[in-house]
Amino acid sequence: MKATVIVELKPSVLDPQGKAIQHALHSLAFTSVEDVRVGKLFRISLTDSNLSREDLEEQLRQMCQRLLANTVVENFSYTIE
Amino acid sequence: MRFGIVILPGSNCDHDALHVAETIIGADVVTLWHKETDLKGSDCVIIPGGFAYGDYLRAGALAKFAPIMEPIRRHAAGGGLVLGICNGFQVLTEVGLLAGALMRNEHLRFICRDVHVRIEQDDTPFTSALSLNTVLRLPIAHGEGNYVADDSTLDRLESEGQVVFRYCDAEGRVTRESNPNGSSRNIAGICNAGRNVLGLMPHPERCAEALLGNDDGLGIFQAIARSFAPA
Repeated sequence: MKATVIVELKPSVLDPQGKAIQHALHSLAFTSVEDVRVGKLFRISLTDSNLSREDLEEQLRQMCQRLLANTVVENFSYTIE
Repeated sequence: MRFGIVILPGSNCDHDALHVAETIIGADVVTLWHKETDLKGSDCVIIPGGFAYGDYLRAGALAKFAPIMEPIRRHAAGGGLVLGICNGFQVLTEVGLLAGALMRNEHLRFICRDVHVRIEQDDTPFTSALSLNTVLRLPIAHGEGNYVADDSTLDRLESEGQVVFRYCDAEGRVTRESNPNGSSRNIAGICNAGRNVLGLMPHPERCAEALLGNDDGLGIFQAIARSFAPA
């Protein structure tokens, strides 16, 4: 089973890295770029277990809250397939 | 009194802190390896600068799970002193002992130079030897020193007097130009509500003796030592 976790800065937090990339894209003549936000993507492989979908989601939430995201400044989302 | 200097894999200012505490202040010092589970009688724990666990994931994120953090949490909860310098400040925010977070510097560059900070609070055990509004010249060396918190947290820190150091110019004026990294409200260091846990980005341990050309950082260590001196 595979999970994909995306951690990104909260919309209220400035992202200087995203801004720098936005400017670089502009200088490459991609003038339609309005905004860039940088985040992190984690691909997590999980051993197949008998966990219910709900329990699995709870585990992923815990992983995000305890380690993968700093919820002071970051939001997280995940998908499981 | 006894200082406990935490050594996490990747700490690199541990010996600077040890030198100041032991040689300059003349205190008892023990080192605390990250795998240890007690503080060996430390009165004040220092989490030094460096790149603990390579700063993987986020600065301070993996240090949060070091075995030594559990006794540090208990020490702090019981009112014991904890000082986090630079990477140590980042660790304390990740652990949740201090509010907010330290993000990438606004201009994305690592900065290594002296800055000025103003003493905003003199009623903490870390600043009681310094006068309010004193300007210190201290070195910074960080890529992630941009202090961020939501507005309600910032307002609470201000109203409770938990903003202890603010970036300023040489005359003590808090200006946009004197803010080296984009920190909210020029914040360079904060303490917790109990005033026993303090984190700051500048390095007082790197400038605590005249031999090094600057001893502006010494007062912080003197304040800590004095808070344990018999009355």
